[in-house]
Amino acid sequence: MTRIVLAVLIIATVISAIGVVHARHQHRELYVQITRLERARDELNIEFGRLQLEQATWAESNRIDQVARTKLGMKFPAAGEIVVVRP
Amino acid sequence: MRFVKTSGGTAKKPRQRAQFNLRGRMLLVGGAMALGAMALVARAVDLQLVDNAFYQKKADARFLREVPIPTSRGMITDRNGEPLAVSSPVESLWANPQELANDPDAIARLAKATDLPGDYLANYVAQRKDKEFMYVPRHRRVNPAVAQKVLALKIPGVFSQREFRRFYPQGEAVAHVLGFTNVDDQGQEGVELAFDDWLSGTPGAQKVIRDRHGRIVEHVDLVRPAEAGKDLVLSIDRRIQFLAYRELKRTLLETGASSGSVVILDVATGEVLAMANLPSYNNNRVSGSNRDAYRNRAVTDLLEPGSTMKPLTVAAALEKGVITPTTRFDTSPGWIANGKYRTSDFRNYGLLDTTGIITKSSNVGVSKIVKLLPDREFDAFLRRLGYGSSTGSGFPGEAAGLFPPPSNWSGTTKQTLSYGYGISVTPLQMARAYAAIGNGGRAVTPTFVKGGHSGESQQVLDPKVAAQVMQMMQTVTEPGGTATRAAILGYHVAGKTGTARKSAGGGYARRYIAFFAGLVPVDRPRFAVTVVVNDPDTSAGGSTYGGGFISAPLFARVMEGALRLMDVPPDDIETWLAAQAAEEAKKARAVRATAPATAVATTQAGAAQ
Repeated sequence: MTRIVLAVLIIATVISAIGVVHARHQHRELYVQITRLERARDELNIEFGRLQLEQATWAESNRIDQVARTKLGMKFPAAGEIVVVRP
Repeated sequence: MRFVKTSGGTAKKPRQRAQFNLRGRMLLVGGAMALGAMALVARAVDLQLVDNAFYQKKADARFLREVPIPTSRGMITDRNGEPLAVSSPVESLWANPQELANDPDAIARLAKATDLPGDYLANYVAQRKDKEFMYVPRHRRVNPAVAQKVLALKIPGVFSQREFRRFYPQGEAVAHVLGFTNVDDQGQEGVELAFDDWLSGTPGAQKVIRDRHGRIVEHVDLVRPAEAGKDLVLSIDRRIQFLAYRELKRTLLETGASSGSVVILDVATGEVLAMANLPSYNNNRVSGSNRDAYRNRAVTDLLEPGSTMKPLTVAAALEKGVITPTTRFDTSPGWIANGKYRTSDFRNYGLLDTTGIITKSSNVGVSKIVKLLPDREFDAFLRRLGYGSSTGSGFPGEAAGLFPPPSNWSGTTKQTLSYGYGISVTPLQMARAYAAIGNGGRAVTPTFVKGGHSGESQQVLDPKVAAQVMQMMQTVTEPGGTATRAAILGYHVAGKTGTARKSAGGGYARRYIAFFAGLVPVDRPRFAVTVVVNDPDTSAGGSTYGGGFISAPLFARVMEGALRLMDVPPDDIETWLAAQAAEEAKKARAVRATAPATAVATTQAGAAQ
């Protein structure tokens, strides 16, 4: 009886040992995968930040002001050019 | 080892075969092998079980490395989500001098790729040849494309590391509010410093296996995840900020003034909508040279508020009940004694009521009013409105102002205080005090963060008195007042001019600070504004260096835009309609006359606006 118990325990130990190795291996694989995905995410975030920065640079108030005035010939309407609609 | 034949060899005296003991020999060999095996097992046990930890550590130390995971600083945006400060990745080229020093060819290639003089780089490397790390000179925090080009040459011992750099797309217009960060991405000034903890992330750490060349072979484990910095939404409105900055710049150019500030507060919430200062600097490229321009004058500079103090003095007297808006004071002959000095008016205004004193900005008038107020109460009133203590905005380097307690007042102090001398305040404090008047007497702590308003407000002034003072300040921008140039078509404007002489060497110089503090629209004030123009050119004489001439029009131009941008409905449509009717009548006349010259002149006048 004790022998059977012993054998079962030994087999169980061996199986769990293999299980540990397997889990460890899986952990590594998944970790590699998650770091890859995280890096991809970070790259996208960074790209997004860069684009926002670029957009903000193009939309810089001074530039808009200059372009509107010189290139597009826009101006602020004088008081007399604004029509007030009586409510 | 060579085989040496000995003299006692087997050839001389052959042994008998029977003496050959096979069993004994087998045992001997077997025993020896078993011993050897035992030794191996013992060693293995020693390595694997007994000293395992020690060897594992040694092995890990050789290839397992803990490396930081870089993280970016949070973005700063204006109240509408427009980015004001963005962290973007850059590359820093670095080299291993030990590897590079013995390779002149690599140095030459690196020098060519980085546009550095060859002998300079060789020298630079030679000086550091016992180190393992150096930045490639002038290639720290460069554009990733530049770094990629150098790395593509695969020069041995040259690597790149990612870092983050701060970019400020709005440049100098918002420089003072934002501040800047240092090379290590830590806030140094302004909001970047005040909210450093919030903005900066925590770099993570991970374990990796590296090969001999330092390349990462495998990611093993995550020690702690990187935490990115949080974004910050400021109360600043980029458009109003730009408008304030542009108009301030224009005014400084036109008047030859040396510096200036504009502060715009949201009356109800205390949010800072714009805060512009000149001289400014480009916070994308901070150099140590002009530290003077780094100062956020609107919160750090102490100025004597001059006549902008008068509405506060009047409010104190009204609240105490010693005067009413119609109480009359005789300001003849245009001056009044103050100890052995004289307090003078611009000219003799004769008989004025309280409103008239504000309208004409009579020093003699407020001097007479303040005489009716006990020292202690006048002092307590000004302190309640925030003079003499920091506004609590949390901006780094904010000044509390200079305001001596009544026990230190001399015989003349109270009277000089009544028209804004002998006390120093920051433009932000001034804007806050005016905002309290515009907010029905409730003072709100200014904040730079959108929604940063705590919801608390202190009733520092009787709402009825606040309304009366608003009425009086409205007369300032109407015909007959000192700031008719602050009038905005379609809106009622309340405000007060101030022209303070600059103190210099114990006295007052013939140099001035032109103030305008205003609230608009009067019906339900939305903006509280302080305009400060420091040291304008006085050579034109008259009142051309005064607050009504210099700061008031700046106020009007900025507010005209801000009211439109923030969709504030006009509270004075009647004058607008009248102006429109006048314009149409003029046009009609021009058309009837069909004089092209007039038409051209009109369009030109319109274009110049």
